[in-house]
Amino acid sequence: MHIMEGFLPLQHAVGWSLASAPFVAWGIHSVRRRLREQPEQRMLLGVAAAFAFVLSALKLPSVTGSCSHPTGVGLGALLFGPLAMVPVGLVVLLFQALLLAHGGLTTLGANLFSMAIVGPFVAAGIFRLGRRFAVPLAGCVFFAACLGDLATYLTTAIQLAWAFPDPAGGFAASLAKFAGIFAVTQIPLAISEGLLTVLVVNALVRFNAEELKGLALFSPREVRA
Amino acid sequence: MKRRNWLIVAAIVLLTVSPLWLVPHLGIGAAVGPDGQPAGLFGGADGKAQEAIGEIAPDYQPWFKPLLEPASSEIASLLFALQAALGAGVIGYWLGCAVTRDKLRRAAERDATEKETRAD
Repeated sequence: MHIMEGFLPLQHAVGWSLASAPFVAWGIHSVRRRLREQPEQRMLLGVAAAFAFVLSALKLPSVTGSCSHPTGVGLGALLFGPLAMVPVGLVVLLFQALLLAHGGLTTLGANLFSMAIVGPFVAAGIFRLGRRFAVPLAGCVFFAACLGDLATYLTTAIQLAWAFPDPAGGFAASLAKFAGIFAVTQIPLAISEGLLTVLVVNALVRFNAEELKGLALFSPREVRA
Repeated sequence: MKRRNWLIVAAIVLLTVSPLWLVPHLGIGAAVGPDGQPAGLFGGADGKAQEAIGEIAPDYQPWFKPLLEPASSEIASLLFALQAALGAGVIGYWLGCAVTRDKLRRAAERDATEKETRAD
């Protein structure tokens, strides 16, 4: 989902940066406030950030014959809410943009918007929806992480289609092309990410039940189960 | 629970490894590139998107270059490995702490109940 350095026209690069900036400020503010109020959650926040670090470094093969990577931001979005994942995503993307020439500074805003804003918000939304309809915890976690991951890649496809509409077919034809590259490749990877997130949440429920009680999205009833 | 976790691990491995066999054998994906040469399999999707941009807008020139590019693919994989190792280290530390804490708590509970029964 990394749009390469310089591969978004100037207006788009500026526009996406402006769109992401308030989320970054809001996200940093929300993480700092949470750590001040509940310092015992520092460890779990570290685990969520580490999970995003590992998963976004792993380029996995997919059935389309190309490689892509999961994002790993779903876990943190479920535990701490989507805003907490904005600063985490920023660190990951900056690391890759500055040291690896993977993604870039001019496309940082756009990449941040897809990976650290749309993905976590979709994941947290689906998780909340599932909890409301009493879907079992593992199911909620799986679909939240899996669909959040897919949403990120779909966003990238939309961003590129918007910037590069097909001369004949326009936005739609372009979107079909980019979605074919990103979203279809991502389907098995998104399933893997969903399953991995379930594994980590299983471990959290077993070992960190106390801390989970302090997290808004996990009701105490579930933690005991 | 333990069995289900192992099934999940098996599913993840299967999902990751099966494309390596499926793609060349079933001929999914672009086996032949636009130039008639066999296309490189399992390249990055990001690179594919870059090619697609080249097809849609052949005149587009990237207007900014990365400040620092890994000197070779070896250096790039070093940095990716470093990123994964950092994350995995933190997760391993947490898991180690969590398991030990759980064990100690159980042992303490066992001691407490033993003392109670002895006191009776």
